[in-house]
Amino acid sequence: MLDQPLIKVILLVGIVGVTVLLTRSTAGARHQAVRRLLLVGFVLLAAMAILFPPLLTQVARFVGVGRGADLLLYGLTITFLGYVAASYRRMRQLEQQNTILARQLALNHAVHEARHRPKES
Amino acid sequence: MSLTPPDAGPIEDAWLVIPLYNESTVLGEVIAEARKTFPHVVCVDDASTDGSGAVARRAGAALVTHPFNLGQGAALQTGIDYVLEATDAEYVVTFDADGQHRVEDAAAMVRRAREEDVAIVFGSRFLDGRTKPGLLRRIILKGAVWITNQQTGLRLSDAHNGLRVIRRDAAEGLHLAQNRMAHATEIVLQLSRTKLPWVEHPVLIVYTDYSRAKGQSLINSVNILIDTIIK
Repeated sequence: MLDQPLIKVILLVGIVGVTVLLTRSTAGARHQAVRRLLLVGFVLLAAMAILFPPLLTQVARFVGVGRGADLLLYGLTITFLGYVAASYRRMRQLEQQNTILARQLALNHAVHEARHRPKES
Repeated sequence: MSLTPPDAGPIEDAWLVIPLYNESTVLGEVIAEARKTFPHVVCVDDASTDGSGAVARRAGAALVTHPFNLGQGAALQTGIDYVLEATDAEYVVTFDADGQHRVEDAAAMVRRAREEDVAIVFGSRFLDGRTKPGLLRRIILKGAVWITNQQTGLRLSDAHNGLRVIRRDAAEGLHLAQNRMAHATEIVLQLSRTKLPWVEHPVLIVYTDYSRAKGQSLINSVNILIDTIIK
């Protein structure tokens, strides 16, 4: 359990990060900026990995993973989790807006009805 | 002809909020029975497909109809909004459509809210030994209570009890965002944030075959748990 501590720590931190993303309050401009920076970084890393494949393996070795391809897989796993978390959040937001809209519609109708046809007592 | 004793006559300053989703079999009876004590009932039809809305209207309830199914939590919030917007009622009573709540419990809870001047009365089936939920259900309900208490800092004996009396000032603090069943914890959380005085009141839950079939399947408690943790 304690061999290759470096990669394990990195991956676990990634998972914790995703979890925090899931539970944190709604994202603002700052959040978006961070996400864009991460995307730029990701593009650069991808380009590097294509141009200099041995580099990826060196990085992998450095963090204690045998091959660059394995590191890629780990990275993808975390990224995928992050994607799931982000889209879950967006879904919740949409659902929320949808609910408020539908409720307002239903209430407008019912309140209008109540005002114009006073209930028998 | 004495002065109206506090436990007789219709309760005019409270509205029952009943969320509906395909409840037409027993709904008519439930509303008729309730209206003897609570003349004001609003049903929120959560896009039922069995004509529940029409049944509610025929039984004399006000009706709010969701354009599509949003979930029980959303329906409750809609009903509460209706009472706050369209009426000047002092109390909102959340009540189930399946007949598992007793009207006399609801009436006693409103009386207690008035007499003790508390803003929130939670119904609890665990304050006395009358309700028999069965072992597995009891374990899960108690687990839900524990989680709710952890999250809200209140000390409740029953968390997922749909029978509650909420005074107007407390109801105004409710903005339920959990559309599905996790609203039971959320409602306690938001009510606790109002810092208004609350009590628990012993109620009897009548588990009929119908309410059992309509009620929460135990496996759904997994969904509730996850919705409660991940917001």
